[in-house]
This record gives sequence, C-alpha cells and structure tokens, in this order.
Amino acid sequence: MSLAPFPTLLPALPEIFLAIAAMILLMIGVYSRQEQSARIVSYASIVVLIITLILVGIITDGRTLTFGGAFVSDTFGLFIKTLVLIASSATILISRDYLIMHGINRFEFPVLIILATLGMLMMVSANDLISLYLGLELQSLSLYVIAAFQRDSTRSAEAGLKYFVLGALASGILLYGLTLVYGFSGTTNFDSLEKLFTSENVDVPIGITIGIVFIVSGLAFKVSAVPFHMWTPDVYEGAPTPVTAFFAIAPKIAAMGLFIRVMTGPFGHLSGEWQQIIIFISIASMILGAFAAINQRNIKRLMAYSSIGHMGYALIGLAVAGQLGDTTTRADGIYGMLIYLAIYLFMNLGTFTCILLMKRNSRMVENIEDLAGLSKTNPAMAAALTIFMFSMAGIPPLAGFVGKLYIFQSAIQAELFGLAIIGVLASVVGAFYYLRVVKVMYFDKPEEEFDQPVSLEMNGVIIVTGAVTLFLILLPGPLLMGAAAASAALFPG
Amino acid sequence: MTNFPWLSVITFAPMIGVLFILLIRGNPEVEARNTRAVALWTSLITFAVSMGIWVKFDNAIVGFQFEEKAVWMESLGLAYHLGVDGISMFFILLSTLLTVLCIAASWISITDRVKEYMISFLVLETLMIGMFSALDLVLFYVFFEGVLIPMFLIIGIWGGPRRNYAAFKFFLYTLVGSVLMLLAILTMIFESGTADITTLLNHDFPVSLQPWLWLAFFASFAVKVPMWPVHTWLPDAHVEAPTAGSVILAGVLLKFGGYGFLRFSLPMFPIASAEFTPFIFGLSVIAIIYTSLVALAQEDMKKLIAYSSVAHMGFVTMGCFAANQQGIEGAIIQMLSHGVVSAALFLVVGVVYDRVHSREISTYGGLVHRMPFYALIFMVFMLASVGLPGTSGFVGEFLILIGTFQVNTWVALLGATGVIIGAAYMLYLYRRVIFGELTKEDLKKILDVSPREIAVFAPLIFIVFFMGIYPIPFLDVMHSSVENLMERYHSALAAHNAVAILAK
Repeated sequence: MSLAPFPTLLPALPEIFLAIAAMILLMIGVYSRQEQSARIVSYASIVVLIITLILVGIITDGRTLTFGGAFVSDTFGLFIKTLVLIASSATILISRDYLIMHGINRFEFPVLIILATLGMLMMVSANDLISLYLGLELQSLSLYVIAAFQRDSTRSAEAGLKYFVLGALASGILLYGLTLVYGFSGTTNFDSLEKLFTSENVDVPIGITIGIVFIVSGLAFKVSAVPFHMWTPDVYEGAPTPVTAFFAIAPKIAAMGLFIRVMTGPFGHLSGEWQQIIIFISIASMILGAFAAINQRNIKRLMAYSSIGHMGYALIGLAVAGQLGDTTTRADGIYGMLIYLAIYLFMNLGTFTCILLMKRNSRMVENIEDLAGLSKTNPAMAAALTIFMFSMAGIPPLAGFVGKLYIFQSAIQAELFGLAIIGVLASVVGAFYYLRVVKVMYFDKPEEEFDQPVSLEMNGVIIVTGAVTLFLILLPGPLLMGAAAASAALFPG
Repeated sequence: MTNFPWLSVITFAPMIGVLFILLIRGNPEVEARNTRAVALWTSLITFAVSMGIWVKFDNAIVGFQFEEKAVWMESLGLAYHLGVDGISMFFILLSTLLTVLCIAASWISITDRVKEYMISFLVLETLMIGMFSALDLVLFYVFFEGVLIPMFLIIGIWGGPRRNYAAFKFFLYTLVGSVLMLLAILTMIFESGTADITTLLNHDFPVSLQPWLWLAFFASFAVKVPMWPVHTWLPDAHVEAPTAGSVILAGVLLKFGGYGFLRFSLPMFPIASAEFTPFIFGLSVIAIIYTSLVALAQEDMKKLIAYSSVAHMGFVTMGCFAANQQGIEGAIIQMLSHGVVSAALFLVVGVVYDRVHSREISTYGGLVHRMPFYALIFMVFMLASVGLPGTSGFVGEFLILIGTFQVNTWVALLGATGVIIGAAYMLYLYRRVIFGELTKEDLKKILDVSPREIAVFAPLIFIVFFMGIYPIPFLDVMHSSVENLMERYHSALAAHNAVAILAK
C-alpha cells in the first residue's frame, strides 16, 4: 500500500491562508485586552481579506485542480471570489458603528465573517459533491451564528433560530439530492459526472433527475429564490442590520456561483432536466419580488423582497445557460449573470450603508417613512440613495441598467422571449417601490435629522459604490472583460 | 476644425454647468443667485454652440453629419456613436433653446431647492440632446429612458398638490412602453448583429419579425407622443408639473415619440409600418377629434393646453405615416412648431400663475385691461396654436393635411375638422381669460409682463413668425434626409410587394 501523494496546495493557497488567519485572529482576540480586541481584529481581518483577494488574483492561472480533483481554481472562481471578498471586507468596515452602538462590538464578529467567507470561497471552488457540501455548511453555520449575534434582542435571536431551522432543512434536502446523485452515478467528482452524462444516448436514471431537483431546491433556498424564499424577509428584518447587509450580498453571490458551477458543470448536459425548473423559479422570484415589496413599510423587508427579485433576474442567465445549443449562447447567459451579480454587489452595498446611517438619537430606525424629507436634511445621502434606487429599478444610465441589459440580451439570444417579457414587466412593477423610497426622500415633508457625523469608512463606502453605480456605464470595459473571461472558463471550446 | 466633436460638446456642456453648481457654497440667498446665473450661462453657451451645427450643416448631404464614434460596450457591439441629419438637427436646437427659456422662466418662481432644480434641468438637457443625436440603439435607449429620472424629480418636487400621483403615473406609463422597446432593441441587435443605426436603416428585418418589433417600438413611442388611448398621463403630468417642467414636457419630450417613428419605425420596419398605417390613422383621428372636444370642456388652463397637445400630436403621427414628402416634412415642422407654441402657451399660463397662483379659467377674465402686452403675446401663440396662416402652426398642419389627403381623403377630412374644433377651444379660452369685464378683486392690481418675461417670449414669437412666413430654411435642411427616408421606405415596400406577387 502506498500513500496517496501529498496534494499541491498552491491552487488552494488563498483559502488556506484565510483559514490560518482566522485562527490567528481568534487567538489575537482572545489574548488581547478586552476593549482593544474588537478594533484590532476587525481591522486586521480587513487586511486579511485584502491579502486573500490579492492571493486569489496571483495564483489563478487557467484551470488547476487539486485535492484529488475535489478543488478547482479557475477564472470563474476568481471573479466570484473577488466579489465575495469585496462584500465581506466592506461589511466589516460598515458594521463597526452599529456594533459599537449596540454594545456588541466583539472580536468574534469579524472572525465569524471570515469563516463564512472561507466557506464561500470553498463553495465557489468546489469540484466535488463532498467539497461542495463542506463549503456550504461552513458558510451556513457561521451565518446562523451571526444572525443571532445580538443576543439580547429577541428579534435577532428569532432570526437566527428561524434561519437555522430552515437552513438546516434546506441543507438536508441538498444533501439528500447529493446522495441520490452519488447513488445512481457512483461518483461525486464533477468532472467524472460531466463525462458520464456527455454521451447523449445514455438514459438519465430517474434517481439522478430527482437528485438534481433536490439540489436545485437546496440551492434555491440559499439564494432565496421563490418558492424557497420564506425565510428571507423575516431574517433580514430580525438580524442586526450589518448582518442583513452581509446576508444580502456575499452569501447570495457565492451561492449563485455554486449554482452556476453545479448546473453548468456536472449537470451541464442534462439541462433538459433542470432548465424548466430554473425558468419557473426565475419567473416566480421576479414576480413575487416585485409585487410583495409594494406594501412593505420596513426598509429591510423591502430590501429582502428586492433581493428576491434580483435573484430572479440573475437566474434568467442560468436558464439561458441551460438552453441546449451552441456554447456561445450558454456562455452569454453566465456572462450576463456575472455582470448582474457584480452590479448587484455595489448597489446593495451602497443601499445598506445608507440604511445603516438611518439612526436617530443613537437608535436605528427602519421604516421607509423615516427617510421623509431626507433630501433637505441630508442632501448627499439622499442623492446617493436615489442613485441606488434608480439603479435597482434598472433605469439608465445607472449601473443596474447595464446588468439588466446583458441579462435580457442573453435571454433574447436564447429565444426565451416569454421569460424576457415577464422580466421587463416585473421590473416596471418593481420600479414602483424603488420610486416610493425616492418619493419619501424628495417629495415628503422633512422629519427629524439622522445622527451626525457619519464615520469616514461609511462615507467612503457610499462614495465608492455610488461612483461605481453612476459611472459604470462610461467605463464598463474592465467589468465586462472580467465577466467574459470568467464565463468562458466554464465553457471551454 | 473639421474634427471638432460638436455633438459631444453640446451634449455634455450642461454637465460642466452641473459640476460648477455642485461646487457653489454660501448662504441660501447667495447660493440660489449664483446657481441661477451658472445655469443660465451654461444653457446660453450650449445654445450658442448648438447654433453652430445649423450654420455648419450641409443641406446636400443625405446621411448623417458631425459623426463621432468611439468604442463603448464591445461585446454587444455597442458604440458611442453620435450624428445628426435633417430630421434630428432642429430638435437639438429646440432642446437647447427651450432649456434656456425654462431656466429664465423659473428665475423667481422657484425659490425652493434651486440647486437641485437647475441640476435637474441641465441633466435633462444633456439627455435630450443625446437622445436626438444618438446613432446607436442602446445609446439612444439610455438617453431616452434616462430622461425619466430628472423629469420624475421635477414633477414630484416642484409640482402641484397631486404631484405624487402625476409623477408616478408619468414614470410608470413611460417605463412600461420603454422596457418593451428595450427587448425589441435587443432582438434587433441579435438578429442583425449590430446596434448601429446607420447600418440598421438599410437592414431588412424578416417580414415575420417586423410586426413584433414595430409593436414594441409603438408601445414606447405611443405613450411618449402620446396617442389616444395612452395619453392619460399627460394632462396629469402637465397640470402638476411646474411651468418649466410643462414647457420641456410639451416642447421636447413629446417629440421623442414622433422622432422615434421617423427614425426607427418607418425606415427599419417599412412593411409593418405600411400594414399598421390604417391603425395609426384611426388612432390619430380619434386623438384629434376626441381630445379637441375634451379640451373644449376643460376648466383648467394647463389641462386644456395639455389636451390640445394630444390633438396636435395626432396630426404629427398622421403626417408621419402618410409617408410622403409633404406628410413627413409637415410632421417635423408641426413638431417644431408645437414645441415652440405649446411651450410658449405653458409659459403664458405660468405668467399669470406666478401672480395669482391659480390655473382655473374662471379665476381670470378681463386681463386685457390690466395686461395689454400679455394679451398680445397670448394672442400670438393662441393663433399659432390654432394654425392661422402666417404662423408656424399653419405650415405644419397644412403640409400634413396635403400629405394625408393624397393617401386617404377621409382621414384628411376628419383631421381637418380637428383644426376647426381647435380654433373653437383656443378662442373660447382666450375670450374667457382676456376679454370681458375685470371684476375679480385680486386681478385689479395685477402687473403686466416684466422685461424678463418679454425676453423669454421674444425669441419664441420670432420663431413662430419666421417658420410661418418663410419656412424654406427649415424645409431645406430636411429635404434630402426626408427624401432618403421615403426612398428607403417605398423601395422596401415595392420589393416586398414584388416578392408577394411572385409568390402568387
């Protein structure tokens, strides 16, 4: 018996670095003085995330496998990981004020975010059903904890518990799907699965189909697509706001990355089995996201429905990628989806930073009405939030339009006209509630001012995300090139 | 300077003004004053530069002039491509002129959030000019749709009591139409492989696809024009918008639809256009007669003018789809004339609104005794709106009716009755506001038009008579472009019919 050769660690270097750094940060937190620990650890964790980002950029070089083919590093992963790391570090940056204000500024928070981020990076790089599940669970467990991070608030605890119970259920469904696929195919490796299904005349066993349905359901839960969205509004509302901001962005993007990889990779040739499901959940999410948000008064719930809707739009790209036919069209679906997700990141980050600034007399306020007359009391913030709202509604010349443009272009190219028409009409309904936020800020009588001054970090985040949202249309080149390289990586040849 | 980027400069000059306005600091009084000055100078300079393209415009060139091209979103084949031809050139001048007048007209009536107000108008100017000069489908769409944002804010922030309702209705109505057009644009890009308008003007889309694309564009343009029955947003928006907002809305935004029909529907989908011509004629005639009658019954001056806009734009759609030289040139002239006249009428209403703060016709009466100059100005524009010979309104309506008569006598006949009802409601309005005894207490101290207001109206009066008495310089600019458009339209139809006959 010979030992298996030691795997090359290089492709997984960023993840390994992040794992070690998380443990070191935990040690620093434990052993440094109480009042200092949170500050040190949160700044250090931002540095760690940035280093990880640089490492990801350096080591990605074509497609490399390691750990017996269970881990893949490619340009697609690079793109998604970049987004996730930006989202995570920005979340740590904008959450400090809130945590201090609520007396929960503890060093565990950034460490948990780092662990969740590690899980996300693993998910995106998964090339095996087992590593997929490991990454997903590492992420989910960390998220369950930070949802309930504000221990003395019943709302937060409730959100954490709800998220945990439903999340565990979804994980269970997903795991069941994975085992079915393994049982009927005899392998867990993505590449072998893909090879297995390549030959067209092979009859797909019913177990595989059911397995795929379960996997799609589990992943739909993670991206909060209808009909697995029920947890989203409650958890978004209950969780501490910075945590909501984190939930709305990084895990969504990572889960979408995983979704794309699983569907186009191992099951890419079986798209006949899953494309219909994706089309359905995409349509359902767009419509529900548009209509259910109309009556919301709480801005966090509004953002929950908004994100459900956005996931519906992004899933159009996946439906396109499931269109049998030439690979350029399929790659274009993913291309549009990646552009959409990148823009989603900036719009949401900016919006949530604005929501985090909604505080009066050191208390958070969360109703849309609380924004009344913001254009008078704080014109700059009102202008920024207006940019984000119009961008989310997909009105040109803002970035959100670019995302919708590419997504719908791919749908037209794949001749999914029905999907495209429902999509644009839902976006009109959706525009209504984004406009309502603008209306409250600009047309209504001013309320009391929000607390000043605003910290440097938050101003910085708003300025950067606002500038990206406003000016992306002038210089879309870098984003488009990155997305093109990433989507091409999934469809070689 | 042969390569001077005229259009980019004109398009983005207002943005430089916006930058300056953003930098203005000081106490509210000083800030507002400086903001007004910067906005006025920016718009004046933009207007002056835009006159340059008329001077340098070569009437003999059939295609586009002042073209500029740069890489934009390569993967979709999109480019930053600008250019003008005889159809679009005057609309740019109209936009730059009206922006100047809007800023001047809001000099004292807007005291709240002057900065935001002026920024909105300058952004709006950029978007309008860009819309008329874009030669790339998606670039066109960006400008076309982007207009919604500043207009929404203008109606919603500085509007009347029901401004929320009006702003939302305006935004959502136009958005529904536009998103369908976006899908059509994407389909066109997919089908033809290019978004370049100059190429697409000579691209033959499959006959089976044309009706769908045509309908999607129609959904957007019909709302913008607005055509009956999707015109209902317009009276609301006009009534609630501040004066300058109404001016831009009536003067320029409504022209987006007519321009769109001429730029896209006719040359790009000629076969579908021919098929749908009776449909358009039907809607146009209904718009002309029905909304004229509705206008007759209005108690609100702005609403009356809004309905008259719908009727006048009915002539435009009728002329466009008559698809002959007189019809199309008449439609363009009518759009320009309406842009000037209806804008002026809204300013006319604004003058008394600023003094009395009422738009109800019944609050006025006998103004001629206190405001003779005002009565004169009002009369000029009222008669231009009616289409009195010698004013710009006559040239447009006359050409359109001649053009339509050649195609369909009944439509021309019914359209012509609209002119008569038009005279009725405008004269009736004028009589109730201007003539009669001056009995109302609050009108007894009303002041006549100020020099600033005269300065606003003077250029408009000049244009009304210039276009009405000597329209040749305007028509000359259009000739070659319109001929080219018609040649394209009729040859595509002929080719299609030849194929259809062969198939039999």
